[in-house]
Amino acid sequence: MPDHSSPPRVAVFVTCLADLLRPQVGFATVKLLEAAGCRVEVPTTQTCCGQPAYNSGDRADAQALARQTIAACEEFDYVVLPSGSCAGMLRQYPALLADDPAWAARARGLADKTYELVSFLTDVIRLDRLPPVRYHRTVTYHDACSGLRELGIREQPRRLLAQVEGLRLVEMRDTEVCCGFGGTFCVKYPEISARLATDKCAAIAATGADEVLAGDLGCLLNIAGRLRRDGSPVKARHVAEVLAGLTDSPAIGEDRA
Amino acid sequence: MKPSSHLFKTQAAAALADPELQRALRQATTDGFAAKRAAAVAAFPEFEALRERGRRIKDHALRHLDVYLARFAAAVETNGGRVHWAEDAATACSVILDICRQAGAAKVVKSKTMVGEEIGLNPALEAGGLEVVETDLGEYIIQLAGEPPSHIIAPAIHKTREQIGVLFDRHHHGGRAVRPHTVPNLVDEARHVLRGKFLEAEVGITGANFLVAETGTVVLVTNEGNADLSLTLPDTHIVVAGIEKVVPTLADATTLLRLLARSATGQEITTYTTFVTGARREGETDGPRNYHVVLVDNGRSRMLADEFREMLRCIRCGACMNHCPVYSAIGGHAYGWVYPGPMGSVLTPRMIGLDTAYDLPNACTLNGRCRSVCPVQIPLPALLRRLREQQFERGLGGKPTRWALRAWAWLARRPRLYQALTGTVAGLWSRLPGKRGAVRRLPFAAGWTASRDLPTPTDPTFLSQWRQKGKRHHD
Ligand code: SF4
Repeated sequence: MPDHSSPPRVAVFVTCLADLLRPQVGFATVKLLEAAGCRVEVPTTQTCCGQPAYNSGDRADAQALARQTIAACEEFDYVVLPSGSCAGMLRQYPALLADDPAWAARARGLADKTYELVSFLTDVIRLDRLPPVRYHRTVTYHDACSGLRELGIREQPRRLLAQVEGLRLVEMRDTEVCCGFGGTFCVKYPEISARLATDKCAAIAATGADEVLAGDLGCLLNIAGRLRRDGSPVKARHVAEVLAGLTDSPAIGEDRA
Repeated sequence: MKPSSHLFKTQAAAALADPELQRALRQATTDGFAAKRAAAVAAFPEFEALRERGRRIKDHALRHLDVYLARFAAAVETNGGRVHWAEDAATACSVILDICRQAGAAKVVKSKTMVGEEIGLNPALEAGGLEVVETDLGEYIIQLAGEPPSHIIAPAIHKTREQIGVLFDRHHHGGRAVRPHTVPNLVDEARHVLRGKFLEAEVGITGANFLVAETGTVVLVTNEGNADLSLTLPDTHIVVAGIEKVVPTLADATTLLRLLARSATGQEITTYTTFVTGARREGETDGPRNYHVVLVDNGRSRMLADEFREMLRCIRCGACMNHCPVYSAIGGHAYGWVYPGPMGSVLTPRMIGLDTAYDLPNACTLNGRCRSVCPVQIPLPALLRRLREQQFERGLGGKPTRWALRAWAWLARRPRLYQALTGTVAGLWSRLPGKRGAVRRLPFAAGWTASRDLPTPTDPTFLSQWRQKGKRHHD
């Protein structure tokens, strides 16, 4: 149990996609957590949460990666990830390792202290005010499926975004409908995936927003890739970048200046 | 029907490229069942609690299925009906054909039954020399078109009004267009043709939405009243139902009815809800003289005993497909068998084979919307993932994908090597000349880049930057 007299020790699990393709999501995560009074550390033996294996039916590899992640993160008070779907994966570890007597309890222990970044800030730390940050843009917000339906994340990012000076949020239609990423789904069934991405991008464009924000990099890569292919002026960013005020660098998939 | 699930990819591609189908599907999605369900649920605050009750009722009934089935069968017999047990599809069909023969039937009317589709009842009866007419409007349409249903409650949802008009002209008027193809005209025309069929038929076959153990009652819902005509006008009524349809009491059935109507069509109650408890009795002026109930197993008791038991809670409302983005994009026929969408992607591999139906559990983003609307809380994504595990264990699926995944996992299990490699890739890529943030084409990622740019690394990895900053975790 976390000791409430001292700042909580929080492990950031940056996720493999952010690590490789969007490092500033990691830095934004660290910045937000530190601003919220956490002692942040980054376990160095982290790689991937095992979701690709788990969702492809490769249980043995998923279990191996689950054990590795548990060992890397269990000593902390909390584990925080800038991704609803990867946080959801860590919460699946108890089910995944239920038949492994040596690991079942440890898996449960980890799952109980695992959170997605934005909901951690609002629901656990109960952060009332963000450090002052401005972003003069009209944005729309895509509710990534795992965060929305597995973790109940809907109002939390909107509540924090409302504190960003200059930011205007316009909701898109069907915001709770999948963007078509689905992990390996997007490469196994590219035509169906493309159709879902097209529908999502049409809904985004219809809002007239400058940018689309979301809490999951998988969806964002898919959406950004499709918007760019269409020549759309709409940009895509992870919500953490905006909340942390780390928005100087180009948006996802955008060319460098 | 002959399964074509092994052709899923081709069929899905064809569906995406079919403008008429896409028009029909878009119409069904916008302002369709999903919106109606949402409105009905919003108007019924206790809906979540009701889902919980629905799940419990079905779980309880399934846990004691033997007891409740025996009780139901005994009650039917006490009421003067006959119960037949069919272990598989072939037995069910031959039992039903025998009953028709004993009734001296030449003509049969049918009210929509999914288990009837599952066991291939129409072809079996036709092979036995009977004329079979479907009386649900949607089912009648696809019977004329010679197609299987594409949705479990709206079998002709894939057809546009114009297509139906042309079909009716061909079958009813020798190809001449006699009247404008308005909805009232089409409904009128079907009703006119079907009235005659109801009066001529010697046997009426219906499915069942629920079987009530305490009274031996069969509960049927329709929006057209066609089940009522099918079961009251002919001399013989045959009910065909899966064994999982039984619930203990009438109160349980009404709880589930409230869930079913709202989940399926967003109605508070379906237009016609009928409770059938046997044949015509002494002094009654209508109803069939002979009454049979055929209870079909066809793999259900096997499912009861394994980790897919939860699937047997399904009340066939169709909400999962109405909320499935994949179903909405490709329609039901692409799935290649009787049951489409999420529930079908669980059932079909179980019934026709994990191998033949390989694509069905995989062609899903696991977005979970189906689970969040299912009135009996079936964890559809988890069941689909379980099927993927079984496929993986049996070595099914494309070799390159499996190989790539295993290689990835092998690497991810070696953090030092993994980080060295990703660090090098990102470092090199971010130093490439040019300023592009994404590529349009990448040989190993053709699936992605066919329709999307692929964002590429623009900076060294987070972990390598973090290390450089010296903010190390003491390990
Ligand atoms: S799985 Fe659930 S949502 Fe789908 S048809 Fe069955 S009961 Fe309805």
